[in-house]
Amino acid sequence: MTAPTSSTPLASRTGAPSAPVRRIRLPKKLRNLELGLLVFACAINAAAVVLVELGAIGHLDFTLVLLGAGLSALVVAMHIVMRYVAPDADPFVLPIATVLNGIGIAEIYRIDIARHDAGWDSAAVRQIVWTAIAVVCAIAVILLIRNHRVLQRYTYVFGFGALVLLVLPMLPIIGRQVNGARVWIGIGPFSFQPGEIAKIALAVFFAGYLVQARDSLSMVGRKVLGIRFPRLRDLGPILVLWGLSMAVIVFQRDLGTGLLYFGLFLVMIYVATARVGWVVIGLVLFVGGALIASRILGYVQDRFENWLDPFSDHVYNATGGSYQLVQGLFGLAHGGLLGTGLGQGRPTVTPLAESDYIVASLGEELGLIGIFAILCLYLLFVSRGFRVGFAGQDDFGKLLGVGLAFTVALQVFIVIGGITRVIPLTGLTTPFLAAGGSSLVANWIIAALLLRLTDTVRNQPRLVV
Amino acid sequence: MNREIKRVSIVVLCMFLALFVSTSVIQVGVTDTLNADARNSRTLYDSYQVQRGSILVAGQPIAQSVPSKDAYNYQRQYPQGRLYSSVTGFFPISGAPTGIEGAMNSELSGTSNDDFIDQLQNLVTGKHPQGNSVELTIDPVAQKAAYDALGSQRGAVVVLQPKTGRILAMVSKPDFDPNVLAVHDVKQVDATYKQLLDAPGDPLINKAIDETNPPGSTFKPVVLSAALESGDYTLDSQLPNPASLTLPGTDTTVYNDSHTTCGPGATVSLETALILSCNIPYAELAMKVGSNAIKTQAQRYGFNQRLLVPMRTAASTYPGYDSLDEVAMSGFGQKDDRATALQMAMNSAAISTGGTVMRPNLVESVLTPDLQARDQFTPTPLGRATSEKTAQDIAHTMVRDVSEGVASNARIDGVKVGGKTGTAQNGSDDPYTLWFTGFAPEDDPQFAIAVVVDNGGGLGQSGNGNSVAAPIAKKVLEAVLGK
Repeated sequence: MTAPTSSTPLASRTGAPSAPVRRIRLPKKLRNLELGLLVFACAINAAAVVLVELGAIGHLDFTLVLLGAGLSALVVAMHIVMRYVAPDADPFVLPIATVLNGIGIAEIYRIDIARHDAGWDSAAVRQIVWTAIAVVCAIAVILLIRNHRVLQRYTYVFGFGALVLLVLPMLPIIGRQVNGARVWIGIGPFSFQPGEIAKIALAVFFAGYLVQARDSLSMVGRKVLGIRFPRLRDLGPILVLWGLSMAVIVFQRDLGTGLLYFGLFLVMIYVATARVGWVVIGLVLFVGGALIASRILGYVQDRFENWLDPFSDHVYNATGGSYQLVQGLFGLAHGGLLGTGLGQGRPTVTPLAESDYIVASLGEELGLIGIFAILCLYLLFVSRGFRVGFAGQDDFGKLLGVGLAFTVALQVFIVIGGITRVIPLTGLTTPFLAAGGSSLVANWIIAALLLRLTDTVRNQPRLVV
Repeated sequence: MNREIKRVSIVVLCMFLALFVSTSVIQVGVTDTLNADARNSRTLYDSYQVQRGSILVAGQPIAQSVPSKDAYNYQRQYPQGRLYSSVTGFFPISGAPTGIEGAMNSELSGTSNDDFIDQLQNLVTGKHPQGNSVELTIDPVAQKAAYDALGSQRGAVVVLQPKTGRILAMVSKPDFDPNVLAVHDVKQVDATYKQLLDAPGDPLINKAIDETNPPGSTFKPVVLSAALESGDYTLDSQLPNPASLTLPGTDTTVYNDSHTTCGPGATVSLETALILSCNIPYAELAMKVGSNAIKTQAQRYGFNQRLLVPMRTAASTYPGYDSLDEVAMSGFGQKDDRATALQMAMNSAAISTGGTVMRPNLVESVLTPDLQARDQFTPTPLGRATSEKTAQDIAHTMVRDVSEGVASNARIDGVKVGGKTGTAQNGSDDPYTLWFTGFAPEDDPQFAIAVVVDNGGGLGQSGNGNSVAAPIAKKVLEAVLGK
């Protein structure tokens, strides 16, 4: 190399105008779009809280609006942080998370009013505090993890961590059983569902492990009916995961979470190996396991019966019967196309209206139109994650993006599908909407990870492959 | 990898599609079914959110909701509760409403499909929704007269406008006070309800439409219709006239009321047999005409079906019979023949107006909160029971039954009243069911009436239709005819 060529970059670094560089990356434009959407989201949330108050108590009470304003400040803070550390991140993820979270708080607040809960008894106040914690966690993730590939280094740490988190509720003293499911840990007045965090750890672990093992998992094996099935010795991981999911179903009595973990694993192994055989084996295993479980485990059997025949009187009146499911359907029907209006329905008739059944509550008050809007928001959120999968440059990032987005999609499907009788009802939280701290923290961390991933996607010029 | 991600995203899309479909089905597709489910407490709560519409008779409320200061927002009131209890029914805070309150519930509460546009407007303007009022076809004069004339008897009176099917009066006794079932105290309502349920005379049962009785001789015009419609008979057709008749294949002997022959002579005409209300000739006629023809005829009058008036009525029945002795008994309204008071009034209405049966109804119109009338009453035929000639023949015979026959107690000076009495047996020792059904005036029939008195009118087996039921009908007809 000669001197003139090496001096060219120097010259451009000092002398050339910086405008062309900016035009290529357009970070400001993305962040400005995000800010605009964020302001819109906060306005929707404030309007929702105001409507709840006008609808349910007939006058305004500014306490909650003020608390909400605090939260808005926090998400704007997150936006500002991203301007510095993730300038190219997707502009839709944060506003969608914000508006879903806010509508959830408004509806939970509405249910508090109907139940005359106030102060620390109020689920809405707790939800706001948890939202604050969750957003702070998300900011921390964005700040600490500057490059997602760092996560790949700790693949097995995450795998082990997930296992520990899953086992925690089974331990004596700290483990707690709520509504029949043993998925909680509690220390003093605080309780937490470690399984929610475990799903993120599992997604990271799967991504890391599969990137490493994909060759042996995909290349060898015997072909049957045009589908290549893996060797017996490579079946290890899927069997372990299957065992884990079944253990969750059997010991923690949590059908939904078992389904979630296993679905996540199947999708990720399929994306990584491109082998339909894995999906076939997985589905056979899971359906078989679920069928056996439905024979042996009373609660699984009840869920199926409630699903298939909810309106018959003996199912409706049974303990653990279809009362909640049917009341949820009544609520949705009560809302109809347009909804009763916020604060004007009767969501509290349905048990767990603020957590597992938040979607039925929203469906009653916002109507089918509201539900469609919420589903579209989820779809958009998920599509941003899949975008990472399509456009990402490294397999780990692609897998992780798809995996995280898919957990959100699958969880929405399991919950809303359960409420609307597409599948049997299982107890899971609706991402961002439902009351529950662990779920909020987990989903905000997912949002933060997706933001980090999208930032890297845009950051890498397309030509460098 | 991208190909796989594409496939997974299609799967995700399908999952969401399933949710779009399932929510649409629930929130738009089957909402009516879900909202109508008895276990849906939201529907019940909702009914107290709106100011329920009034039920009006001649513009005056007989049921109305006034603001109350408790959780239910409105108190339902029935200003003349007992007089109209068989029409209004009651609207309790627990359980299902009855009567017009039940049958017109979605209109009164403003939740019917017709109210969708209003609901939409209310949603936008924030105006409180209000129910529609329901104006009834009831004529207060007829209702009051029927209520007073029936006195303390257990039974019912129905007055119809023959040409249209409007129900002008519907009284059932014993009555009840719907106000005591509308109080805002579930325990008290439940206690009162149980008490009324066990009360003698079953006040909660609407004897005009919910209860059927053997029609006795009031069924004879139906058999006569079948005979005349067959074309094989005229009013002058002659039947053997014995003093007693042993039914084929049995030991059962049938007598006329007089326990002699039906007038002098070896034979008797169909006309005379009706005027004198003889059982033997009609038993003979029924056997000749046959069960199938009578059944068809009865169904053309409206038997064997439940009607919506708009409350659902019990079905009057003529089941059809296999053996001749049963057919003979059914010829004078015994065996398993059953009829509601409403059905007997419909029979007389059809006979008086040339054979067309009109659909009876109580609702004149539905008035929206801004006083627009909708669902205006339109006379609707249920069907044709007989030819005009048959109807005229029978109508004239019924007029002669009153003027010179056994329905003498329904005579009104200067008015041609047509009528038929009935004294029906319930069991060998049970009190009779006493009937009168008729119409007035013959030339331009304005009123058709049916009176049924249960429990023998308190006279056991010594009363008859002419002595107990006909005078009640006479009083009502006099009141409405201004006599």
